[in-house]
Amino acid sequence: MRYFITIFLFISIALVSILGFRGSKSRKPPLEIFPDMDRQYKFLPQTANPHFSDGRADRPVVPGSVEFGSYVRDEFYNTGKIRGQFGHGFPSPIYVNREFMDLGQKKYNITCAVCHGQTGDGNGITKSYGMVATPTYHDDRMRKMTNGEIFDTISNGKNNMGAYKSKLSIKERWAVMTYLRALQRAHNPKPDDISSEKRMELGL
Amino acid sequence: MANIFPKWSNTVPLKIIFAVLLLGGAITAGVTYYFTPKYSRVGYMPIQPVAYDHSLHVDQLGMDCRYCHTYVDRSEHANIPDAGTCMNCHNQILPDSPKLAPIRASYESDQPVEWVRIHKTPDYVFFNHAVHVNRGVSCVECHGQVNEMKEVFHAKDHSMTMCLECHRNPEKFVRPLDKVYDLDWKAASEEAQLKLGKKLVHEWDINPPESCSGCHR
Ligand code: HEC
Ligand code: HEC
Ligand code: HEC
Ligand code: HEC
Ligand code: HEC
Ligand code: HEC
Repeated sequence: MRYFITIFLFISIALVSILGFRGSKSRKPPLEIFPDMDRQYKFLPQTANPHFSDGRADRPVVPGSVEFGSYVRDEFYNTGKIRGQFGHGFPSPIYVNREFMDLGQKKYNITCAVCHGQTGDGNGITKSYGMVATPTYHDDRMRKMTNGEIFDTISNGKNNMGAYKSKLSIKERWAVMTYLRALQRAHNPKPDDISSEKRMELGL
Repeated sequence: MANIFPKWSNTVPLKIIFAVLLLGGAITAGVTYYFTPKYSRVGYMPIQPVAYDHSLHVDQLGMDCRYCHTYVDRSEHANIPDAGTCMNCHNQILPDSPKLAPIRASYESDQPVEWVRIHKTPDYVFFNHAVHVNRGVSCVECHGQVNEMKEVFHAKDHSMTMCLECHRNPEKFVRPLDKVYDLDWKAASEEAQLKLGKKLVHEWDINPPESCSGCHR
């Protein structure tokens, strides 16, 4: 009996010290003892597929293709240009309302604010880490820039700024552009932007 | 007549019972402790090709998960970002860092960086990110505090129990939509969470599947 208990304790301690405790960090992939149908012969997003020469299961988007059902036949809407020139105003499929502005604000804060700052002053967090090229939206050049050109900057990038068309849909890009205009307006308001009661309060 | 069994044999049955109980108990304890994803998966932290640090980019820089995992709220798959996403900043921030060499190589050659996948549900389970994050289920419920991780590891077990615990009582977990990506957010107290959760479950008509075909379709 004594031998039994000694061996028992020895094996238990050995097993626990080999297996460790729950939650300890491990570099090895989890064991799948009974793999059942855990890993099936199908290709999931962002996995490898040796069938293709570049080895990817996801196929690159064919240039110029559009999501099914989303195509709008409007050059200005799709590219920001009217007959090759950056256009003013809004393309006809865009209707600006509160919901559209909220979408723009949400997407701006996710995608643009790290660099351009929440207020668009160009002092996002990255400036202190060496991205000094980020401009402010609040100067005359930017205020006079056409809507189409800003849309094109978001879509295709410019100089040091990357392209965001893979992250934002066309509608979202127009929404961000509109929100950018709102930031500019908020930074440089006209007296009429304030209601008459508030103007009295401020003594204007 | 001499005794057929010597005296020591009197205690043998007791000893055998004791040994069997001890062994049985130890094996049961071992199996329940080790034969579960809580042991096999939790803590899995593979070596990644680039030492990308979530705590720096998310907590220190304040980036939103969706800057990189752009499609998490639009599709079933939370995409791992391409090298271009990193190069938006790293063309100017630490442009020559040796740690980022694989990113630059990928950006130039258009070949993806081979990140090692950490979370992998079995292929017979249907899972969808968008339905969860758009119904107020935060990343933290299923991935732990990624915003504090220097290297991502498997923080939750992703067992069927974990899924069902929430599907049976969603009010314990759901939160306002603008807090889903704020992994540090917590309701003021448990009662506050329950009250808020009940309200949201009612308003959004949340009804997560509990039947087998909901997840094994
Ligand atoms: C990774 C940092 C970064 C992010 C994110 C970013 N930008 Fe920029 N942006 C820049 C830099 C740097 C420049 C300056 C480009 C140059 O002229 O070299 C710039 C320039 C611009 C310009 C001015 C272009 C011109 O003609 O001078 C606009 C407009 C702009 N960004 C809008 C946006 C919008 C809208 C977003 C969000 C969708 C965004 N940016 C996201 C870094 C960024
Ligand atoms: C700057 C880009 C970036 C941001 C912002 C970001 N991530 Fe990631 N994330 C990555 C990259 C790159 C990987 C793959 C490498 C790795 O696993 O470390 C990754 C991996 C992950 C994984 C593991 C995926 C797997 O392999 O199973 C999870 C979970 C995750 N991120 C969650 C989050 C959450 C939650 C947030 C927001 C708090 C977030 N990420 C913000 C870039 C980012
Ligand atoms: C919003 C801008 C931004 C984006 C996008 C970004 N990073 Fe960074 N990254 C930074 C900053 C800022 C630092 C810290 C620089 C410092 O410490 O001086 C950093 C540091 C790093 C470092 C440490 C480098 C070193 O030499 O210490 C790595 C590795 C890194 N990032 C990887 C990535 C990867 C991979 C991605 C893409 C998934 C990415 N980053 C996307 C801003 C960014
Ligand atoms: C309800 C649980 C749950 C929530 C909430 C959740 N995830 Fe996941 N996540 C999973 C599961 C399960 C997987 C494994 C999916 C698979 O294998 O197909 C996963 C995988 C991932 C991956 C690896 C790529 C993939 O899709 O397989 C990333 C990146 C990721 N999650 C990021 C996030 C981010 C960012 C959030 C928050 C916005 C989030 N997740 C919220 C459960 C969740
Ligand atoms: C923290 C809570 C939580 C966890 C954990 C969770 N879910 Fe859910 N799940 C929800 C909620 C909330 C819904 C949305 C129900 C609704 O919209 O009515 C949902 C819905 C679903 C749906 C239905 C989607 C559809 O298209 O109808 C599936 C499938 C699902 N979850 C699978 C899973 C799986 C698999 C896991 C485990 C890896 C999991 N869930 C873990 C909360 C959770
Ligand atoms: C909320 C989603 C969900 C529902 C509902 C659900 N399952 Fe599962 N099931 C899972 C997940 C996730 C796994 C994978 C667990 C793992 O890998 O650890 C799983 C795994 C399994 C397995 C394989 C276990 C193994 O280790 O091989 C079986 C069998 C199973 N489920 C049966 C059922 C049955 C029967 C029902 C209905 C009573 C059901 N499931 C309902 C999510 C679900």
